[in-house]
Amino acid sequence: MKKQKLNNLITLGGTSVLCVVMAVLYSVGALDGNHMLKGMLVLIGIHIIWALSLNLTVGILGELSLGHAGFMCVGAIFGGTVSQIIRANAAECPPGIRLLITLVVSGIMAAVFGLLIGIPVMRLRGDYLAIVTLGFGEIMKSIANNIYLTLDANGLHFGFTKPPENVDEATAKQILKGSIGMQTPQDTNIWWVAAILIITLFVMMTFINSRSGRACMAVRDNYIAAQSVGINVTKYRLMAFTISAGIAGIGGALYAHSVPMITFGKFDYNFSILILVFVVLGGLGSMRGSVIATIILYALPEMLRKVNENIVNARMLIYAVILILLMLWKNAPFFINLREKIKARFKKSDTARSGGAEA
Amino acid sequence: MTDIAKNENDIMLEVRELSIQFGGLRAVDELNMKVKKHALYGLIGPNGAGKTTVFNMLTGVYKPTTGAIFLDGANITGKSPVEINKSGIARTFQNIRLFKGMSVLDNVKIGMHNQVKYTAIEGILRFPRYFKEEKMMNAKAEELLAVFGLENEKDTLSQNLPYGKQRKLEIARALATNPKLLLLDEPAAGMNPNETAELMNTIRFVREEFNMTILLIEHDMKLVSGICEELTVLNFGQELCQGETSAVLNDPKVITAYLGE
Repeated sequence: MKKQKLNNLITLGGTSVLCVVMAVLYSVGALDGNHMLKGMLVLIGIHIIWALSLNLTVGILGELSLGHAGFMCVGAIFGGTVSQIIRANAAECPPGIRLLITLVVSGIMAAVFGLLIGIPVMRLRGDYLAIVTLGFGEIMKSIANNIYLTLDANGLHFGFTKPPENVDEATAKQILKGSIGMQTPQDTNIWWVAAILIITLFVMMTFINSRSGRACMAVRDNYIAAQSVGINVTKYRLMAFTISAGIAGIGGALYAHSVPMITFGKFDYNFSILILVFVVLGGLGSMRGSVIATIILYALPEMLRKVNENIVNARMLIYAVILILLMLWKNAPFFINLREKIKARFKKSDTARSGGAEA
Repeated sequence: MTDIAKNENDIMLEVRELSIQFGGLRAVDELNMKVKKHALYGLIGPNGAGKTTVFNMLTGVYKPTTGAIFLDGANITGKSPVEINKSGIARTFQNIRLFKGMSVLDNVKIGMHNQVKYTAIEGILRFPRYFKEEKMMNAKAEELLAVFGLENEKDTLSQNLPYGKQRKLEIARALATNPKLLLLDEPAAGMNPNETAELMNTIRFVREEFNMTILLIEHDMKLVSGICEELTVLNFGQELCQGETSAVLNDPKVITAYLGE
């Protein structure tokens, strides 16, 4: 118990310090010489938020969700729409307030979608649940790619698969442009990402170490036994799924406001899998693992790009090989034995030393 | 009339004409059973007799086709497992079902899930009520673990416990739900004679310490004859014999059912 608490404090403290240091360095311009790192920081932060939120579904609840990008997409759409409406109607609104409203709306909307999807989906388990979430992710992406929304003096005009007609051309402003995407105000900065990341990590950890989080893990470990001790299985599965979706949505909105132009085609199946890879390699249920794995695996392809011009073409190949090696390192019997041997050797030298001290 | 009323007051579990049908198979057929308060009651029978099916109906995993179940006078027929646990039945499983990835202490704390009331928001934002109730839970869980001699292993992952201790932890978790009636499904399965003897003491101790009514399924006749006061014998889903332990075990019908003609 004490050890677990200490571990959590280390994770939360370490991540917070890292976030603040990076944000300060970024703000004072210490990173100006390093364009790659500067460009990557905000994106790494957002990816960590996504990985943490997915870890709640996959690691804590134990259900494989392949449609996480769907919730990010929901967050991005609602967030982008809200911020653009605010920009058009209340230009004097400071960016900070605008982003705050945006994040709240997108988080709530993504959570509502999570709840609505969760009600039917949480009756399923295992592979079936994975397939349904996969479908949801693809449906969200396709719908987002076909929504047109135009704002004019008379209000909002909505069109599906084609731009809305009968708009007042003089004052018309396109908010959502189907597969072209949307142009959001770039309100996200490193401080917002750092703050949301730390809050997310805090929420995850306190949730896991509360009555509700334990109930979720009980459902993961043994469904029937969880029911037999009086845990309302559906309620806690739905709760974890909804929280996970809401945080993914907030991440989506942050992302939508960090890039000048966003197309919803990005939130596809491959993107869900990318985040899942971060979570799985970081360790299911391990928040610290998710943070570290995301930093390494996100930075890796970019670093490889910089090493050598020749490597640029082969960098995804190298990335894949490293992924495979990491998986083998974690799971192959040969490497597990090797790790045990190394551990045993360290222990032996430890005991020998302490034995010597006693003598 | 007064006789019946008196009877109903000291009966913890009453099963009336309980039957369940799976397709063409009548797994349990018109079972009647009365378990007195504070009793140690055994449910025995050859393999496939329907003992675990009875347990699954008592705990709401299966809905009985016909018949009724009364716990302490209240009708609990057809309720969900969660509701039945809340009304006071806790159980262990034939094949141990612990929460493997969690510590021993957390396993017991999950058993107390419904005894604390703080909400998810209060837990996430760490309201004072969270600290108060968690402290209460920790103290109570450690007390329970001490009863079962598991206090030194409270931080161990439950899957790393030796087999006998896993069985004990499962009983501790069941007791943590604060039940009136404890159902034990083959508690001695896979245990050696020493462990079984220890288990018998534990079960007796649990009954006295927690003033518990215990209904158990068991194949180990030494355990059954050693601690059970009354028995019901099932064979092919039907009640074969019922009564005091020594009388039942010497009944020629029971011996035939177990050993053949």
